[in-house]
Amino acid sequence: MPEPTPSALSNNPIPLPKDQLLEAYRTMRTIRDFEERLHVEFAKGDIPGFVHLYAGEEACATGVMMHLTDIDRIASTHRGHGHCIAKGVDVGEMMAEIYGKETGSCRGKGGSMHIADLSKGMMGANGILGAGAPLICGAGLAAKFRGDGGVGITFFGDGAANQGTVLESMNLAAIWNLPVIFVIENNGYAEATSVTYATAVDSYVDRATGFGLPAVSVDGTDFFAVHKAAGDLIAKARGGGGPAVLECKMSRFFGHFEGDSQTYKAKGENEFNRANRDCLKIFADRVTAAGVVSEAEIALLDREVASLIDDAVTSAKAAPLPAARDLLSDVYVSY
Amino acid sequence: MARKLSFKMAINEALDLEMRRDPSVILLGEDIVGGSGAPGEKDAWGGVLGVTKGLYAKHGNRLLDTPLSESAYIGAAVGAAACGMRPVAELMFLDFMGVCFDQILNQAAKFRYMFGGKATTPVVIRAMVGAGFRAAAQHSQMLTPMFTHVPGLKVVCPSNAYDAKGLLIQSIRDDDPVIFCEHKNLYGHEVDVPTEAYAIPFGEANVVRDGKDVTIVSYGLTVHRAMDAAAALSRQHGIEAEVIDLRTLSPIDWDTVIESVENTGRLVVVDEAHPRCSIATDVAAYVAQQAFGALKAAPQMVTAPHTPVPFSPTLEDLYIPTAEAIAGAVLRTVPHALAA
Ligand SMILES: Cc1ncc(C[n+]2csc(CCOP(=O)(O)OP(=O)(O)O)c2C)c(N)n1
Ligand SMILES: [Mg+2]
Repeated sequence: MPEPTPSALSNNPIPLPKDQLLEAYRTMRTIRDFEERLHVEFAKGDIPGFVHLYAGEEACATGVMMHLTDIDRIASTHRGHGHCIAKGVDVGEMMAEIYGKETGSCRGKGGSMHIADLSKGMMGANGILGAGAPLICGAGLAAKFRGDGGVGITFFGDGAANQGTVLESMNLAAIWNLPVIFVIENNGYAEATSVTYATAVDSYVDRATGFGLPAVSVDGTDFFAVHKAAGDLIAKARGGGGPAVLECKMSRFFGHFEGDSQTYKAKGENEFNRANRDCLKIFADRVTAAGVVSEAEIALLDREVASLIDDAVTSAKAAPLPAARDLLSDVYVSY
Repeated sequence: MARKLSFKMAINEALDLEMRRDPSVILLGEDIVGGSGAPGEKDAWGGVLGVTKGLYAKHGNRLLDTPLSESAYIGAAVGAAACGMRPVAELMFLDFMGVCFDQILNQAAKFRYMFGGKATTPVVIRAMVGAGFRAAAQHSQMLTPMFTHVPGLKVVCPSNAYDAKGLLIQSIRDDDPVIFCEHKNLYGHEVDVPTEAYAIPFGEANVVRDGKDVTIVSYGLTVHRAMDAAAALSRQHGIEAEVIDLRTLSPIDWDTVIESVENTGRLVVVDEAHPRCSIATDVAAYVAQQAFGALKAAPQMVTAPHTPVPFSPTLEDLYIPTAEAIAGAVLRTVPHALAA
């Protein structure tokens, strides 16, 4: 996608061409509907295991991933559905994976916490906090050796930011000048614990600076802020300018996992966030008010996404279960 | 006085009683209180599945919520233990040992020996183990053999609420580092549990069923599967299995196992861990060496397969040793019963 030239933007308060705006909205809407639907299906008891929903944080994954192609790698988290969708993982295969079906992204062996699609540069959701940071240093190292211009992005939460692996990786990326971006998804909570309790510094930017890394903190509910900051950092890393940290501040609309009573939140906190910190609403209001995208175009995307998610759920439910022999397959390449 | 109590609440009660008895007992872990620094309820979680819920109201700041930094807080628990405290650290899922293993393997386990017997490290690390929760490959492992392999660590894995309470109290009072493994699928299981404090000594297996024909040795959740198998074998084949619950894996009660095999002549070991270098191989090898003359058939092992834990419920149900698989293994040691 060619970057719009500054002159083309000067008459336009929205700093992206229309096709990219529609793409951004479609991605964010797909993530939102995917998660809202999982919330409903989980409550029916149809979905096994732990499910961590990304609703409320869509602008972060989308704003970052729009700068990437399949040669770029990402390492995700336990809250990984949004990263998967924004990186282009097939929504039907994701849904089937979450239902534990043979047709899933990982043939039912991984589940929600381990969805991966290496062909799309998606190195896996992860059940171990902080595990993605060293892995993405490896992705950056591989890109450097191969000279393919790829970058690596690792996402992790405000809580996982306190893992030793993350801090070690920041230093490693810095001394080797790796094409790696550390994206901190600061939603204010790690499970039931507030970031203000668990993290000593007020700003992750200060911490990154201590590692010699350039860092930017943005409002993660503002797609345009994320998109701009991520674009600058990724372009620099791609060009050999080295690693950086991007902090996105936003809110998760659901509990830590499905089934969380969320009593650690303030009364009305979720309602407030949905009313005031909804990245989709903020985006749609802005592009429609500017007259760049019409309400009808938004409504059309909404309908298309709704049927995409419906189809994904219907097919996932109807899909076959893994065969018994799959229990023993793929432990090794050869043994 | 005894009353029905769940496995989960038995652990809660053991922690409460020991905290009352001994001011050096402190608890550390991620969200063992919950709500720290948050605008809503404090003690919002009491652990990810509510095991420590309510202890904050009783013991306040002796419960410390930690950042998501296992190396730091597990290591801090080890260090505090070496300095006179009795910390009980919760590692949530034992799978997370990968993050903090040095503090356990090279620090806690080694101090006593390496420092010429001059150190004690009375730390307890509690963690959930086991499959069946649909929690997939990184939250479901039975990693007990990884710890029994390490000299200096004690390893406990109870099968019921009564044992959980008594063994946890012993773990806290014990002067060595203890890895206390809680099977997440047993948390809701209830048995009669006395209200007062009691300690179950380490290295004393529990013979949970008497039998003359075959010895089934297990621990944790699979003790229940072994009991189901024993009931079916008795009903269908007239085979009476003796079922031994090891309770502690390090130390391990060899005497009870050997004595039983000397009576029955047959051994089946059931282990939810992977088959290689497991509790199952350990027990089978020891019995083969020490009671070879008593054996009428080759020892059998029933374990999880040599694979990670799969997510899909259909696969995960095949992963965990079943009562049918245990009964099948027993029948392999009793060829005439198969013919009958
Ligand atoms: C090494 C490790 N420790 C603990 C956990 C349990 N756990 C899963 S998610 C989570 C909270 C993560 O908080 P944060 O990093 O802020 O991400 P968020 O859930 O807010 O997206 C915890 C403690 C884990 N999965 N891995
Ligand atoms: Mg968080």
